[in-house]
Amino acid sequence: MIPLSSILIFAAILFCLSLLGLIINRKNIINMLMSIELLLLSVNTNFIAFAHHLHNIAGEIFVFFILTVAAAEAAIGLAIMIVLFRKRETIAVSELNELKG
Amino acid sequence: MSPVMSNLVHQVILYAFMAMAVGLAFMVVINRNPVRSILCLVLTFFATAAVWIMLQAEFLGLILVIIYVGAVMTLFLFVIMMLDLKAIMRHKSLVRAWPIALLLVAGVFAGLVSFLGPWHFNNRLFPAIAAKAADYNSTQTLGMVLFSKYLLPFELAGVLLLVGMIAAIALTKREGLRRRDQKASEQIAVKAKHRLRVVKDEELTK
Repeated sequence: MIPLSSILIFAAILFCLSLLGLIINRKNIINMLMSIELLLLSVNTNFIAFAHHLHNIAGEIFVFFILTVAAAEAAIGLAIMIVLFRKRETIAVSELNELKG
Repeated sequence: MSPVMSNLVHQVILYAFMAMAVGLAFMVVINRNPVRSILCLVLTFFATAAVWIMLQAEFLGLILVIIYVGAVMTLFLFVIMMLDLKAIMRHKSLVRAWPIALLLVAGVFAGLVSFLGPWHFNNRLFPAIAAKAADYNSTQTLGMVLFSKYLLPFELAGVLLLVGMIAAIALTKREGLRRRDQKASEQIAVKAKHRLRVVKDEELTK
């Protein structure tokens, strides 16, 4: 059978890839939002792996709620981005620096 | 098919989907074009949904495909359509210190693996449980718990989605002709005589 560790390491690889995507890209906010979605996906995979191996449905319930929150977050994040684009005509991360001291 | 053989097939399929998901996630991160990134992300979600289904979370795997691939990713694509893609692509794609970031993330990964590796979560300490019976219904099991023990969180999740929807509409609403909203100053300035006019009925007083 599949050991739990291989699924956990799969989720860790996904997590680290999306963390990298979050840090190194300075192109645009939309790539950052995509990375956040991937981050949540990897966490959900962990929950499902443990729910499967411990025979505990609570993990799956948690995934259900994380999916809900992630959907709301994506909708609001994209709405904020649209407003930003209308105001500044850009969504490049490197140009959004008016809070720089 | 013998149990050993079917077990092997199961493992091969699972690892194939995992490799697919990792490769596609890498493509999401390094792609210059956001549209291609999103298409790779869609495929990543498909592969991960397959992994979830292999772990017998069928309902959640299908939910992932329906909601994420069907709704959220489509939303991303529609939003990209409203942006100026050429201006986005002109920017440099990586921060200057990306090797340092790579090292840091590699450190995080090493730390995670030292916790999650086979020396802690192997088959001996977490023995794999026999697959659920063929008539096991993951939707029903989830529903039974969701509508009894987790009813309040479920309802709160509904409220959260409503708030998210209203927030998204309110944020992106523009000043325009068809906009109907309250004008507080006019509402406060209103007097009784604007609303009610007392007229004499000529017929009665005659």
